[in-house]
Amino acid sequence: MKLNRIGYPYLIWLGIFILIPLLLVTYFAFTTGDSQNFSTFTFSMENFEKFMSPIYLGVLYRSVRLAIISTVICLVLGYPIALIISKEKPKIRNILVLMLVIPMWMNFLLRTYAWLTLLGKNGILTKALSFIGLEGVSLLYNDTAVLLGMVYNFLPFMVLPIFSVLTKMDNNLVEAAEDLGANRSEVFWKVIFPLSLPGVITGITMVFIPAVSTFVISGLLGGNKSTLIGNLIEQQFRYTGDWHFGSTMSIILMVFILASMALTSKFDKEKEGGGGGLW
Amino acid sequence: MVNKNLKRLYTFLIFAFLYAPIIILIIYSFNDSRFRGDWSGFTLRWYVELFKDREVIRVLYYTFAIAITSSIISTVLGTVAAIGIHGMRGFTKKSILNLNYLPVLNPDIVTAVALMALFRMARLQFGFITLLLAHITFSVPYVVLSILPKLKQMNVHLAEAAMDLGATPMYALRKVVIPEIMPGIITGGLLAFTLSIDDFVISFFTTGHGISNLSIYIYSMARKGINPTINALSTLMFISLVALLLIINNRSEKSKKIIQERR
Repeated sequence: MKLNRIGYPYLIWLGIFILIPLLLVTYFAFTTGDSQNFSTFTFSMENFEKFMSPIYLGVLYRSVRLAIISTVICLVLGYPIALIISKEKPKIRNILVLMLVIPMWMNFLLRTYAWLTLLGKNGILTKALSFIGLEGVSLLYNDTAVLLGMVYNFLPFMVLPIFSVLTKMDNNLVEAAEDLGANRSEVFWKVIFPLSLPGVITGITMVFIPAVSTFVISGLLGGNKSTLIGNLIEQQFRYTGDWHFGSTMSIILMVFILASMALTSKFDKEKEGGGGGLW
Repeated sequence: MVNKNLKRLYTFLIFAFLYAPIIILIIYSFNDSRFRGDWSGFTLRWYVELFKDREVIRVLYYTFAIAITSSIISTVLGTVAAIGIHGMRGFTKKSILNLNYLPVLNPDIVTAVALMALFRMARLQFGFITLLLAHITFSVPYVVLSILPKLKQMNVHLAEAAMDLGATPMYALRKVVIPEIMPGIITGGLLAFTLSIDDFVISFFTTGHGISNLSIYIYSMARKGINPTINALSTLMFISLVALLLIINNRSEKSKKIIQERR
């Protein structure tokens, strides 16, 4: 039975909708001209030179810095909760995991927007802060607000893969370590944490990639002051109309992400998913 | 004991953090004032206005039309593709799997501008069709990824046995392979639907004049302030999804009990 033949139409589909578009973006990145008219395109490195100015490099640096900070916060907040949930009885465990997923059923723009209400001038959090004496603290339209939005939106993506590795972990290993005289912190740092690394790495990639490329969270919570690389790309394609420069930034972002993932996967000894994936 | 309470408190705080905006949204859908952060009494008028607002109804129609159509098409395409990929070997399999992974790993915004460039080159009119094509493109890889593990778990000899007993390949596929991988197909389909309904970035770049899904509509309103009818609409959608989940959960619990009693 030649069942494998029925996979070829999908190969063609992937070629048309995945490969060719990426090649097109690459082509745009290395050319200049009128974005609407293909015949005016000429090969040029101008866009890359333009990106190498302090303004654009600064934006890239800001995006990467915020993405790294939010990933670290997600890991620090998310790991304990994954550990707590994984130690619950199966019934409670399922409910808690479901409760992690349920918020995603409300439109994420709207959930992010709701933070405006919480953080705004008359917001509950602002009032609570002024109640304890921190008057006039601005919570909105700055980097802290953007960070909060990132952590809020991507925290479940950190917890779920770590949780799925922790529940599959062989508990006998933990008991063996305890029997051999390891104390609680030794058990955690020498047994549990190293075994959960595949989940941690999946979690890091699942938080870092959307965080570094977002333009919605910074657009809604960061105001005009907080421009990230995603906002620049959005502007080029939607408003300025310079698709060439937009493509250049997309390519730089993509290469940067692929490179950082190659770097993290070096730490990931278990290939073929290793149970760390969400699927 | 202290330790246990500390864990409880921590779990509570994390979930409070995750649910705070949702609770706020639901509360403000009953707020009489148009402005957020300003409570002026309980009202149901946003729920009434919701059904009168033709713009909102249109947006809702497009959101569901795109989500249903794209999830059905990508489930079918993804199932066929996964079965095909499962039978492939070597280089072809590796390259098709890597290509399949690209949209999963690539930031949404890169996939979005790439598709925008493709549609522009193909001179397609930006609108419903481009939006649909884009949604299928980003959904199929997830469908394939949720079906492939099920195919791996399947006993390889099952389909062969069926054919030895006289089934044609198509019949074996329909009666043996498809039922075996059904859980994967359902997961993939649901995933495709959820991704489509919640997508903003890719839709934002691939849609055309007059065609908006819920996310695009919300984004376009965000600067001037979001109409409370949207809060009402999302509250309704959210509550019906949770209710649906509870019903399904309840049913499967009941059927589990029945099975246990029969034993």
